[in-house]
Amino acid sequence: MLDGILLGLTTVLSLQNLLMVVAGCLIGTFIGMLPGLGPMSIIAIMIPIAIKIGDPPAALILLAGVYYGAIFGGSTSSILINAPGVASTVATSFDGYPLARQGKAGKALTVAAISSFAGGTIGAILLMGFAPALVSVALLFHSPEYFALMVVGLSAIAAFAGTGQVSKAVMMTLFGLMLATVGESAQFNAPRFTMGFMDLQSGLSFITLAMALFALPEALYLVLDPKRSNTSGAGSGEIKDLRITLEEAKEIAPVIARQSLQGFLVGVLPGAGATIASFLGYAVERNIAKGEDQAKFGKGSLKGLAAPESANNAACTGSFVPLLTLGIPGSGTTAILLGALIALNVQPGPRLMVENPEIFWSVIISMYIGNVVLLILNLPLIPYIAKILAVPRTYLIPFILFFTLMGAYIGQNNATELLILVGLGVLGTILRFADFPLPPLLIGFILGQMMEDNFSRSANIADGVSFLWERPMTLGMLLFAALLILLPGYRNRRARLRAKGVADGD
Amino acid sequence: MTLERTIGLVFLAFCLTYGYTAFFGMDHLLPPILSRAPVWPSTFPKILSVIGAIAAIFVILGSGPKSISPPKEGDIDYRNLTDYKLGQALLLVALMVAYALTLRPIGFLPATTIFIAGGAFILGERKYHWMVLTAVLASGFIWYLVQVLLGIFLSPWPRFLMG
Repeated sequence: MLDGILLGLTTVLSLQNLLMVVAGCLIGTFIGMLPGLGPMSIIAIMIPIAIKIGDPPAALILLAGVYYGAIFGGSTSSILINAPGVASTVATSFDGYPLARQGKAGKALTVAAISSFAGGTIGAILLMGFAPALVSVALLFHSPEYFALMVVGLSAIAAFAGTGQVSKAVMMTLFGLMLATVGESAQFNAPRFTMGFMDLQSGLSFITLAMALFALPEALYLVLDPKRSNTSGAGSGEIKDLRITLEEAKEIAPVIARQSLQGFLVGVLPGAGATIASFLGYAVERNIAKGEDQAKFGKGSLKGLAAPESANNAACTGSFVPLLTLGIPGSGTTAILLGALIALNVQPGPRLMVENPEIFWSVIISMYIGNVVLLILNLPLIPYIAKILAVPRTYLIPFILFFTLMGAYIGQNNATELLILVGLGVLGTILRFADFPLPPLLIGFILGQMMEDNFSRSANIADGVSFLWERPMTLGMLLFAALLILLPGYRNRRARLRAKGVADGD
Repeated sequence: MTLERTIGLVFLAFCLTYGYTAFFGMDHLLPPILSRAPVWPSTFPKILSVIGAIAAIFVILGSGPKSISPPKEGDIDYRNLTDYKLGQALLLVALMVAYALTLRPIGFLPATTIFIAGGAFILGERKYHWMVLTAVLASGFIWYLVQVLLGIFLSPWPRFLMG
């Protein structure tokens, strides 16, 4: 492992790559502060640039920096103006915004920065320990097992979608898988579902889909509901008093330690991710706290701010475990990163550590460096950062839309792509109205091709589909996937029946 | 009918069309020699269309009136879309389509300037000199960034001026 760390350090500590980290963190923080632009949209916008860089470690380091910056930026707008840009920072605003209103915005931002730093760093240490262990297991996998593993991954994402959402999530995943079949098939290069359009021959572009599903609906939401981008009051009130006292540090230290560990573990589960980790962290800490401390939650408790902040950062790092070791993204953001990796000709999975150790380790080391850079960069910048919130929405929204269009255009140099983007974007907005989860769609799209490849390869080797039940590991995983999908429905049904029984007086 | 059910129905129709193409519209294109392979290009789509249709039926049946919950805080209630700035959103979508159609013929710089200024106008900006200045500067800066620094060709001017 030490060799790996050294390899990672030598890769990251070149001037170019250090600049990438700094640039990534800065870009991420500034864009992440804009309400509505979460890590997912920002990374989607940055991907064409990352691909243009071409050098996989450098590009990944840039994206990792952007990722961390965006998460921190999102917390900033939650705290300062109670406008959580993304779901994972909603819990941050519970106590962060009350603190800001009490005139302790500086202190709140400092606590957020320190908790994020600690959560991210502890997460990175755990990732370093976890990943190699998982890799040795993963090397036992062949095509049939990969296929089964992807089925498990997709089922898990659907199953963790929440009550009443499972069938919707399954539907979205299948829609993603179907969209992935548009274009030439991997086998025999037969054109499929192109409806005669040449532009569809090479399939839909993942960048276009990512922009259409995340950046565009979010921007349209901002237009529809001006309250979401209500930035009045930003910049008013000086931000002073960044320091926290020793007592306060003692108060939040155990919270940070607990929530970093818990957040990481939640993040490793596919589909759970930073949002659940942050809410869970907040809830757990509120239950643990006693008496007066508990009453302070929601009214400006430092613990209540530190808990979701460390949990969501640790969870973000945790979500890299399935991505880097199994090649299966657990969240929307890691799905976009997976797409970027594939575009850069890197195949994440168990062989990544063997074949491209410099990429694997440089990602991990860049997490440490990104966290340090964020801390150094952001603490002094906090008062100035808040100024960006004063950009009027009449300019903000056209620019967001423009960058979304540009991202799709630069990648393909094709104006038809823009029409596809707008069409899918409107579709994505409608799906969001009806509360259909969109990350499963993108994850299905990205995994679709690989899933079909592994399925075809296994079937060709076995000359039929007997591999589905003849290989114990494959069969076991497929049964597990079925269980994941069926269990929530069964539990709901039982709960409903029981509720009915009570109502009948039975 | 709720939006959820409507989407479920549309998806069911989509699956049927997709499945029809997979079952009846693809295999005759296959060269005879390949028909011995265990997996055809249409195999995976066939499986997907069947599971997709089942999932769609679950969504249609599963989302009864009782599953309608009041919209979450900060979410948009699509039942009262007219309470929101629907007109602005639709105009911006139209503007994006116009941008896509004009980007090649009239070139990047004019198209982008019009897009940004037009977007600001739709959203209610009325300080015209600022609007035009911002749009011109921004499109020039971005063109420089993309063309010169990233080395991606973007035709800057209308086609008839470029020869």
